Amino acid sequence: MSDRVPIIKIGELLLVSIQVDLSDETTVALQEDLSNRIVDTGAHGVIIDISALEIVDSFVGRMLATIASMSRVLDAETVVVGMRPAVAITLAELGLTLGGVRTALNAEKAFDMLRQSARFTPSGDDDAAVAVTGGFDAVGRDAE
Amino acid sequence: MPSAVTQSNPTESPAQQMDIVSDADVVRVRQAVRTLALKAALSIVDQTKIVTAASELARNTLIHGGGGSAQLELVHERERAGVRATFIDSGPGIADIERAMAGGNSTAGGLGLGLSGSRRLVDSFDLKTAAGGTRVTVIKWKR
Repeated sequence: MSDRVPIIKIGELLLVSIQVDLSDETTVALQEDLSNRIVDTGAHGVIIDISALEIVDSFVGRMLATIASMSRVLDAETVVVGMRPAVAITLAELGLTLGGVRTALNAEKAFDMLRQSARFTPSGDDDAAVAVTGGFDAVGRDAE
Repeated sequence: MPSAVTQSNPTESPAQQMDIVSDADVVRVRQAVRTLALKAALSIVDQTKIVTAASELARNTLIHGGGGSAQLELVHERERAGVRATFIDSGPGIADIERAMAGGNSTAGGLGLGLSGSRRLVDSFDLKTAAGGTRVTVIKWKR
């Protein structure tokens, strides 16, 4: 039995907090589960918390990049949060650039980031109106 | 207790032999390397680097080598401690080492960073490959 990473829906957001040592099998399963959940829920934002991950190797790195581009196609923005400094250093040396993957220091900052993009407009928030004119596309493209 | 093969250091621990025949074995090897890195008192960054390198190499052993084994040990040289990890398979070998080491050359749908990337993460990298198999030995020393 492989571990399954839970995906939690909060409003228009999906939150994934990876708390297990990822096997390749679990990594692939997460990728598939997440794409299904984005379609099922119509979520416009995905936050992936990797603060518990002691390493991110090329396989997991590729998964993060794939999820980011896959979610974009499905009209959702992905933000990866909580990368440990040692992991960031190692990734850079490994040669993984994670191009196209948006990152934030923590889930709270990611939440703010997604809130500012037009597609995610939680109710009762004045910022939302401003964010709509800000344009989601510009945010989506700056990674390219 | 098996004695250490070449080194005479009394604190030398016996090499730990682990099979790599499944996805879960890659995770186990990773965890065993982390335990050794802690014992060698490597810094957090160096722990992360050797564990990441081990993860890449163990996956190579599984996917490209068709399975194999890992040999993990704590090593000492003069005053410093380190972690040595050897990955052995009896697969087809690496046909084009230069290409494999150049990186960005994936034969398994990955990013092709397994070999080139892990070399950058360790202090010593030794690769022997032939038609009958591949053997990669890496060492990370405490700074």
